Amino acid sequence: MRVLNLLINGDRVEVAAPEHWTLLEVLRYELGLTGSKQGCDKGDCGACTVLLDGKPVLACLTLAALCEGRAVTTIEGLLPAHVKAGGTGPDPVQAAFDECGALQCGFCQPGMMLSARALLDRNACPTRAEIKDALAGNLCRCTGYTQIFEAVELAIARRIGIEPAPRAWEAQRMPADEAERRAREFAEARERQKEPR
Amino acid sequence: MAARDLHGIGAPWGDRSPGDPENRAFEVIGKPHRKVDGLAKATGRAQYTDDLVLPGMLHAKTLRSPHAHARIVAIDTTRAQALPGVHAVITGRDLPIQYGVIPWTQDENALAVDKVRFVGDAVAAVAAVDEDTANAALKLIRVEYEPLHAFLDPEESLARSEPRIHDDSKTGNVSKHVRLDFGDVETALASADVVLEGDYVFHGTTHAAIEPHCALAQWSAEGLLTVWSSTQITHYVQRALAKVLELPIHKIRVIQPALGGAFGGKSDPFSLEFCVAKLAMLTGRPVKMLYTREEVFYCHRGRHPMQLHYRTGASKDGKIAAVDAKILIDGGAYSSFGLVTTYYAGQLLTGPYHFPNYRFDSTRVFTNKPPCGPKRGHGSVQPRFAFEVQLDELAERIALDPIELRRRNFQGDFTRTVNGQRITSNGFLACLDEVERASGWRARRGKLGFGRGLGVAGSMSISGTNYPVYPNKMPQAGIQLAAERSGRVTVFTGGNDIGQGSNSVVAYVVAEELGMDVADVRVVAADTDLVPVDLGAYSSRVTFMVGNATIDAARKLRASIVLAIAKEWQVDAARVRMANGRVFDTESTERSITTAEAFQIAEAHCDTLGSTGSYNTPTLGGDYRGGTIGASPAYSFTAHVVEASVDVETGRITCHAVWIAHDCGRALNPMLVAGQMEGSAYMGIAEALLEEHGVNRFGLHAGPSLLDYRIPTSVDTPELAALIVESLDPEGPYGAKEAGEGPLHPSLPALSNAIFDAVGVRLRELPFTPAKVLRALAEKDARSAPVARGRA
Ligand code: FES
Ligand code: FES
Repeated sequence: MRVLNLLINGDRVEVAAPEHWTLLEVLRYELGLTGSKQGCDKGDCGACTVLLDGKPVLACLTLAALCEGRAVTTIEGLLPAHVKAGGTGPDPVQAAFDECGALQCGFCQPGMMLSARALLDRNACPTRAEIKDALAGNLCRCTGYTQIFEAVELAIARRIGIEPAPRAWEAQRMPADEAERRAREFAEARERQKEPR
Repeated sequence: MAARDLHGIGAPWGDRSPGDPENRAFEVIGKPHRKVDGLAKATGRAQYTDDLVLPGMLHAKTLRSPHAHARIVAIDTTRAQALPGVHAVITGRDLPIQYGVIPWTQDENALAVDKVRFVGDAVAAVAAVDEDTANAALKLIRVEYEPLHAFLDPEESLARSEPRIHDDSKTGNVSKHVRLDFGDVETALASADVVLEGDYVFHGTTHAAIEPHCALAQWSAEGLLTVWSSTQITHYVQRALAKVLELPIHKIRVIQPALGGAFGGKSDPFSLEFCVAKLAMLTGRPVKMLYTREEVFYCHRGRHPMQLHYRTGASKDGKIAAVDAKILIDGGAYSSFGLVTTYYAGQLLTGPYHFPNYRFDSTRVFTNKPPCGPKRGHGSVQPRFAFEVQLDELAERIALDPIELRRRNFQGDFTRTVNGQRITSNGFLACLDEVERASGWRARRGKLGFGRGLGVAGSMSISGTNYPVYPNKMPQAGIQLAAERSGRVTVFTGGNDIGQGSNSVVAYVVAEELGMDVADVRVVAADTDLVPVDLGAYSSRVTFMVGNATIDAARKLRASIVLAIAKEWQVDAARVRMANGRVFDTESTERSITTAEAFQIAEAHCDTLGSTGSYNTPTLGGDYRGGTIGASPAYSFTAHVVEASVDVETGRITCHAVWIAHDCGRALNPMLVAGQMEGSAYMGIAEALLEEHGVNRFGLHAGPSLLDYRIPTSVDTPELAALIVESLDPEGPYGAKEAGEGPLHPSLPALSNAIFDAVGVRLRELPFTPAKVLRALAEKDARSAPVARGRA
């Protein structure tokens, strides 16, 4: 056992944990901060990503003992920090992920959003390629990443005050009239042949 | 209700006849609303199974077999039991009753009894004060094995029935054989202008959901067992627990917390659910077990490897005359959903193309490998790969544009397939139009220069099945609504939200029907003590079936509210409408109250407000044995165009873009539909290029980690363009069909076809590794080389 002095989401906390425990174990098992996820426990998936002094690190590969006196930000810390800084509601990255449909199962997303947060903190207006690179350590199995990129770009557009680009599915979507016309055709076809032939 | 009532495709207040402009008058449906659990997930508040902690909770671990096939001679757990901190150790003797998701093929034990059948088969489980102690205890368990011959090649399982992988099997090492004949295949092939014949190989792949399986159990002094599990089917887990633990089913409560991805990989009951339950009962303490990532790979239930042989006959203008399929399926060590897989491998090929003659012969065998099961596009992704590549070969042979070939064979809507499946709405032609347009097909195909090309493929998929896993006449989906004087409505649903957004869908439906804000609808889901039975998240059934059940319940609730208000206002009920959070009189709109006020009036008039609703499928399917397997109340249709390039020096393929057109009936939330389409295509391309779930010659997994089993990162994923096609199905909720599985199918064959367009080689064996590409290129060169050499 070892007593650790940590700075978690702005609070000084003192916890006792076994010597070999990782930051992820301390967060999840000692501090009840279960927002950081464990997808592999060996540095492959990125679900455990947290910010250490503002930089994304894999909490499952980081010994808790090495975090003494350093600032740790977990997903639970984003909303309170945003509110404290005068904002309302969730961090703009969190809000954009929610609005863009990026949160399917959501399991990869705490890590993903922290990687995105760190990117936006160091680069106010990254390109799509820079976003891809910054998120390459966070595996997502649900989304195919597109809605994640769109979410990050929405957060950027809002911050710099420009109109966000239409999301891929919107840009490609048939105009409503066309969809309704087709729909009516189908419905009429159904009326013509109530019983399948 | 008459469970088969149709609700129509229109908005709740439209007259629901086609052509009615009010059909457009949706307030919630068709719009990109947020998910009801979105912010909980965004802020880290959502609780997944492993996030739950109970006072006094123990941690459990599983001892697994190092042998692919062996008899267990003896197990000695005494030293483990004696280790300080260990509270219980169990083996197969403690859980001797077999289970399995399909009632006719229950061949699994929570912990091996007498025999292990793959490396990783569970042998014993330990509950201890912490994980480290549990792991230490596992090392103290002595197991004496007598190794048996291990079957790693499905051909061998077909040829040899001894030793038997399942001792009591009456069919040797064959798990299931299905042969079905429709029409006269041989005659049609004999008279066809063109006959193509080929072999195709589909490797195994796995789900790799980012959340590993986890379960937590609590046994109460009253004799109630509660199990929280990362399952996608709470109802089947509850049934399996009742059987194995010999408890009355109503004494068992199964809860699915937030779920970190499933894709079919959390459909079976798993060993850990039984182990934590038994250990909790033995110790009187809550017990949790979390699989390591390595264990998840061994538990598997992923996509079956298949060897497929297809013969397709066609006329010279490209009309398909007959299809003949022979398929060998590598099932791994247990049956799982294998009976259904064996049928699906043949039954789900019969659209979107019409063919008058069809035969399939599929055989699933047992091998000593991690058991296969359902993965997104269960049983139908592999045959679809083979067939759509063969169709491309047909197009090449008769020099017809591959999209045109597919158009010519379109089966139409409101028709029946050769195997007797009822097709209702069918937007496949619109899907082809969309991918042709968006990809610039006409201007670009065959014109991108050597090394880069476009390929197309189509597919069909089910929106649930009318075959409940255990036969019964009760509804497949049930819903309860409770409305309360504050203006809040709670939906109780057994549907399992696995990230696809089913909890949001029920909230959208209720909000639409009652003219409320989505935020005022709460959803209580997937807790068997609180919700009506629902068969869970598999076969893409949720939107269709749960959606219909929700409309049913909401319309009943609405009717009672409207009636009460009409009485209060002394007007005809037809004049009362609920919209925008208000209830008003259509003929004097200044008479208007809030939803909450309306609920108060209705509560005073009627009683506490609530309703129930349900859905069951109509009678469907062909009139022959197995004819209902694959019968769905509605089919979705998909077409993809893939753009890819090949580096002929290295054999490396780059997939640049996938245009995904999917007919989902009506997009209840187009943003979530697009997410399903993008996620499906991403997964399909990954299976074709990167992923391989294999074992080595000892039956050891080739790479049970998320590093070795390569799933694409943000930089490996192609551009994905989701093109939503809405055909409006007459029986779907507001016309909706599925969107979660169909859009995966065409990715793999379309990629193979794009590679043919790029460099002129046919890749018939997955995955498309650089080595295979180089071999195919060398073979192509060899075919043309003799001429060149002759000249030299
Ligand atoms: S849990 Fe840390 S990288 Fe997967
Ligand atoms: S949202 Fe499920 S893994 Fe990313």
